[in-house]
Amino acid sequence: MTMHPILAALRKHKAGVVLIALQIALTLAIVCNAVFIIGQRIERVNRPTGLDESNLFLVSQQWVGAPSGDDAASVEKLDSLQLTDLAALRALPGVASVAPINSLPLLNSSWNGAVDHKPGDTNEGSFHGTRTTYYFSDDQALSTLGLRLVAGRNFTAADVGHQGFRDNSEPSVVILTRALADKLFPKGDALGKVIYVNGSTKPTTIIGMVERMQVPGTGTWTNSFVWNATLVPTRMDANFSRYAIRAKPGQLDAVMRAVTPALYKANPMRVLDDDSVRSFAQIRDKAYQADRGMAILMGVVALILLCVTAAGIVGLTSFWVGQRHRQIGVRRALGARKIDILHYFQIENLLIAGTGVVIGVLLALSLNMWLMSHYEMTRIPVLYVLTGVLAMLAIGQAAVFVPARRASNVPPVVATRAV
Amino acid sequence: MFTYYLDLALRSLKRNKALTALMVLALALGIGASMTTLTVLHVLSGDPLPGKSHQLFYPQLDPQDMDGYKPQDEPPEQVSWIDGMALLQARRAHFQALMTGGAVPIQPAQSSIDPFFEDARYTTADFFPMFDVPFLYGQGWNATDDEASAHVAVLTRELNEKLFGGKDSTGQTLRMNDVAFRIVGVLDSWRPTPHFYDLNTGSYSADEGVFVPLATATDLKFARNGSTDCWDKGSSENMKTATCTWLQFWVQLDTPAEATAYREFLLNYSREQKALGHFQRPPNVRLRDVMGWLDYNKVVPSDVHLQVWLAFGFLLVCLVNTVGLMLAKFLRRSGELGVRRALGASRRSLFAQLLVEAGAVGLVGGAGGLLLALLGLWLVRGQPSDYAALAHLDLPMLLATFVAAVMASLLAGLLPAWRACLTPPALQLKSN
Repeated sequence: MTMHPILAALRKHKAGVVLIALQIALTLAIVCNAVFIIGQRIERVNRPTGLDESNLFLVSQQWVGAPSGDDAASVEKLDSLQLTDLAALRALPGVASVAPINSLPLLNSSWNGAVDHKPGDTNEGSFHGTRTTYYFSDDQALSTLGLRLVAGRNFTAADVGHQGFRDNSEPSVVILTRALADKLFPKGDALGKVIYVNGSTKPTTIIGMVERMQVPGTGTWTNSFVWNATLVPTRMDANFSRYAIRAKPGQLDAVMRAVTPALYKANPMRVLDDDSVRSFAQIRDKAYQADRGMAILMGVVALILLCVTAAGIVGLTSFWVGQRHRQIGVRRALGARKIDILHYFQIENLLIAGTGVVIGVLLALSLNMWLMSHYEMTRIPVLYVLTGVLAMLAIGQAAVFVPARRASNVPPVVATRAV
Repeated sequence: MFTYYLDLALRSLKRNKALTALMVLALALGIGASMTTLTVLHVLSGDPLPGKSHQLFYPQLDPQDMDGYKPQDEPPEQVSWIDGMALLQARRAHFQALMTGGAVPIQPAQSSIDPFFEDARYTTADFFPMFDVPFLYGQGWNATDDEASAHVAVLTRELNEKLFGGKDSTGQTLRMNDVAFRIVGVLDSWRPTPHFYDLNTGSYSADEGVFVPLATATDLKFARNGSTDCWDKGSSENMKTATCTWLQFWVQLDTPAEATAYREFLLNYSREQKALGHFQRPPNVRLRDVMGWLDYNKVVPSDVHLQVWLAFGFLLVCLVNTVGLMLAKFLRRSGELGVRRALGASRRSLFAQLLVEAGAVGLVGGAGGLLLALLGLWLVRGQPSDYAALAHLDLPMLLATFVAAVMASLLAGLLPAWRACLTPPALQLKSN
């Protein structure tokens, strides 16, 4: 079959052809970028925190009428309240381990600073550390959170200290995530080395490395240090506290129910409300709800767009088939087979859709560039665009099939009839 | 003539139901999606205090040390206790208030309600008159209460509902963190959106339920919510002397001249502090009004902007689709149009007739779009995000929906109608 008759026929319907091609181009541009955004969000939501998230939950509570923690005596008093709670929680049946902690990954409540391998000094602007988040906990942190130690040793009970909430004294030992250790010591020999916390002059020794641990913040401002966590063996003493609790397998719900009464029994002078006991699954759910909503919205819009475009192709091709009823009859009478008529419309659609996707690829790339300059976006991978192109061509062929088959069923006798 | 055209339009639309339905549906989807996302954007980028916001300013100073200093840096987003108190006591503005957020355990007198946490605002007295806060019962406290660290509190209407069944509770006692407070006022419904005066506790979060004088809260060491930025030795034991910024400071300046004078005052204050050795950096001040402050903080989530663009792209595709379908539809009727032309109808009237048909599609599409927008907003409200509850269609947006739909469909009808009118009548009649 030669192309010439098809092109000649298309020239007669310039407006319609241009509109369909334009629609295909716009759809391709929007759908490619929407699917790319969905992909990015899914990747973000699925990144592992480094924790063993099943059977883990968090308790946040505040004491009522507790001392302020502004002087040494009241810090001791707060610490004994915390130790009482820890003992009560560790004694509960079904509890595997408990650790006091200031925050958890995805909790969006963080304590951030910077560490460096040079001491800070009082001269102006000399401290350029690596950003990190701090997790203050005790020797039970690794087992409770399910962190994987890849080098060095865990904290021992002897390492664990305690200090007031506003006390800034530096720890003598820390465990870092491997990402942070490698950033500070690119040769990979961080273990046993000394670092300085928040520009202090007091040395802190790296005694261990964990494979991975995410920071609490999920906003884009944390993107530069999302895997840089520092574990400090210090119980924070304030008039509130948080406890990470690992339940024995299968007992999470029972333990979560038992925690509130147990804490009230240990000390009734406190407040725990509906949000105080949250499983890690709930924390994760809340942290990524906006990303999930965005991905769903993008998905729905992309799907409807494809349907609208497919319906548009069906509508316009049906109209053309109706208009060329008699010509089809003539071609059939002159010897064209049904399959020839079918192919005619399929090739015609392929030509239009082909033009559309070429423009669409250009549009998709410029849209991506515009998004990159205005929003948190990266360059769209070629794979997304290629898949989009193939999908658009396939949808075009699927949409054209029904009207094209109707065209191929036009009997040759139509040629002899007046309309 | 119009009714005749309308009649013709309806007949023609009825003739090809599937095509009509497709046009209406595409238009309705595009309009519905655009209006849903626009409404959300409209709500989120609204003025929290219309009529007053341009008189409210947020002064910023730079009290940090030279560590990490870059000349073009913005000053910190909050003030320290020392600077906040100094600016407050200077009383250079019509109203000024120093504040921070927190959470307090509330111990209701009735045993039927368990103790619970309530978000609180610790502020000085001018907060209420400066932000035009409406009172249902009683009133705010005054500067004397601030100085005396009086144990007084103001509740919101919602908290009063929960604790006192909505009755006038002024004069009653409320226990918070084991301390008795006297209730001096109950607010009427008040929820400025965004939560402009403290963006640290969530730009669109529900507002705090209880207000306590700042001095009282700091004396009683109430727990604080928000952000603390420290430099140098950072937080010592006492937040009042700490080299940290952790308070929000707002002023009301009624005229532009007062604002200029206040900016000069801030510069002078910075110079004076530098001379005294308290500040190390060169004077670096900002004085943004409410909208400027919201803008600077980019409170509207970028996802919301992205959704609006997506919806408009969607509408564009739907419109191109409608143009294509209308073109097909109108050209198919060349015969009928030819007859009308031959019988004396002018091109103009044919054009009008076709546009009426396009407009009818737009009107039905607009109604569908409105229903879809209501559905979309209902879905948005079902989302757990903190601005979800605010997503409501107001009258201007409702009218805009219809106008947009009809305009869009007329626009979509222009090209097809023009093409259809161009066909010479004789040719059409002959070919038939």
